[in-house]
Amino acid sequence: MKLKNPWPIYFKKDVETHYCPGCGHGIVHRLISEAVEELDVGKRTICVNPAGCAVIAYNYLNVDCIESAHGRGTAVATGLKRARPDLFVISYQGDGDLAAIGTAETIHSANRGECFTAVLINNAVYGMTGGQMAPTTLLSQKTTTTPTGRTSGNDGYPLHITDVVATFKGVAYAERVAVNGPAAVQRAKKALKNAFQAQIDGLGYSIIEVLSPCPVNWKMSPIEAWKWIDDVLSKEFPLGVLADRRPKAV
Amino acid sequence: MNKEFMSGNHSFGEAAIRAGCKHYFGYPITPQNELGEYMSEHLPKAGGVFLQSESETAAINMVEGASAVGARVMTSSSSPGISLKQEGISYLAGLELPAVIVNVMRGGPGLGDISAAQGDYFQATRGGGHGDYRTPVYAPASVQEIADLTYKAFDTADKYRTPVMVLSDGLIGQMKEPVVFPKKIEKLPEKEWALRGMGSGPSRLMASFHIDPAVIERHNWKLFRKYQEIEKNETMYETYMTDDADIIAIAYGCTARIAKGAIKRVRKDGIKAGLIRPITLWPFPSQIIKDTASKIKKYIVFEMSTGQMLDDVLLAVEGRIKVQFHGRPGGAIPTPAEFARIIYREYQLESKS
Repeated sequence: MKLKNPWPIYFKKDVETHYCPGCGHGIVHRLISEAVEELDVGKRTICVNPAGCAVIAYNYLNVDCIESAHGRGTAVATGLKRARPDLFVISYQGDGDLAAIGTAETIHSANRGECFTAVLINNAVYGMTGGQMAPTTLLSQKTTTTPTGRTSGNDGYPLHITDVVATFKGVAYAERVAVNGPAAVQRAKKALKNAFQAQIDGLGYSIIEVLSPCPVNWKMSPIEAWKWIDDVLSKEFPLGVLADRRPKAV
Repeated sequence: MNKEFMSGNHSFGEAAIRAGCKHYFGYPITPQNELGEYMSEHLPKAGGVFLQSESETAAINMVEGASAVGARVMTSSSSPGISLKQEGISYLAGLELPAVIVNVMRGGPGLGDISAAQGDYFQATRGGGHGDYRTPVYAPASVQEIADLTYKAFDTADKYRTPVMVLSDGLIGQMKEPVVFPKKIEKLPEKEWALRGMGSGPSRLMASFHIDPAVIERHNWKLFRKYQEIEKNETMYETYMTDDADIIAIAYGCTARIAKGAIKRVRKDGIKAGLIRPITLWPFPSQIIKDTASKIKKYIVFEMSTGQMLDDVLLAVEGRIKVQFHGRPGGAIPTPAEFARIIYREYQLESKS
């Protein structure tokens, strides 16, 4: 069968995925590959891979990649971009990585308006380590470290990190999207391209938060996981543009 | 050659700029603040980037990023801040990324004090962070040596693709002395291994994570062979009045200068004392200490700690002769008179036996 769309240049072919069935990472990788190709920045792209499930994102992304210590992706990205401002830099991070152990790096790189794009995969758990409570875990959500459900008294509340950084003047673009279905995926790609274009135009920091299914750790089927994003997760983390400081077209 | 009168902390900065360092990331901590301040003024003028980071942790990871794309890059801190950098230094070692890290040591443990100390020897020479790696460590004893060794540290870092530490202390960092700087490097060769975006070639990858233990084992042995090369080629030390000596002091950094003062005093009384001063702490100059042991009666190790380099001396001596230790930890600074008293005492004990 001939594919209607050609295979993206920056998405590796003939590799086996290590991601679990129904995981959102593969979709987001593919969207990034398509977006950097369509914006013609793939040849100067460096993606910072996080500690977590996406640590070997370089197995799928056919761009230069560097590994970061847990939580330090945006510091590494700062170093890359400050040393080579002509490069196109993505810091790909999970919720625990970007919003717990790496909160300081996240907040300060955003506040400085560092000119790269952070992609935050929010699946409300620590995936790679087996489904522990993340900063984004919902109240009463059961995880392996909140066996009776997260309580505000013991664990505090789900952290809205993208809403926090969206208030910073250094942030050019911030949007929350999901990848639970074809329409959501198309909106996610558009959001990524908006963020990437903001970086290309030198406008400052951009961040796209992606509500991403983790059926295995949520103990759901992939279909149930998609539905849970619509019915529950996106109620706590509403989708939409959180900051847009791009100059308006005249 | 213009001689300048400059502090140790400023000299770190000027030597780095002359070595072609274009990027500095750091966080304020006493007693090394003048280094970051110097960089903030002079690095942008030299076409570089100074960035005050939100933490020492962030700074060392910014170093990782800048080094990955081929830049000569430096960070600096003092003892508590260096502890925070250790995670990042381990990643630099694992990723084989060159960088220069300056530690202007202060008293510890914990917050300690802001006086000069040498309590970070173990941390510096044993790797410091997690995993099986070593970091070359230069220990300057003067402002001139700060300039020379910082300059050299960038070459060593690039040559072996490794983080390199310059281990100084608050005394030498704050002290002003005449210094002649090496020539400024205008153009450095391209690093063929650096990330640069795939351009027209295949995509490149920098990772220290490999799920297969066999791959990590190979990587560790590769690093080990590199460290063997460094031990073979890069060991540095100074000997002072050792030719006819009966008793030899071993000390590094500012403690070695205090020991020199003590040796000058006791020599006036006819006591044949000398000094071996390790300039690289890793690789440690074990061979000269081993070789000299057969010719003398006793070693005295002086440190501004409770005895850390002492372990390396004992390993080198292998029980051949006695090794006496005298240390002042936590930021207490000894005097030449104090060291001289120790040398007199040990000399007399040796004469009696």
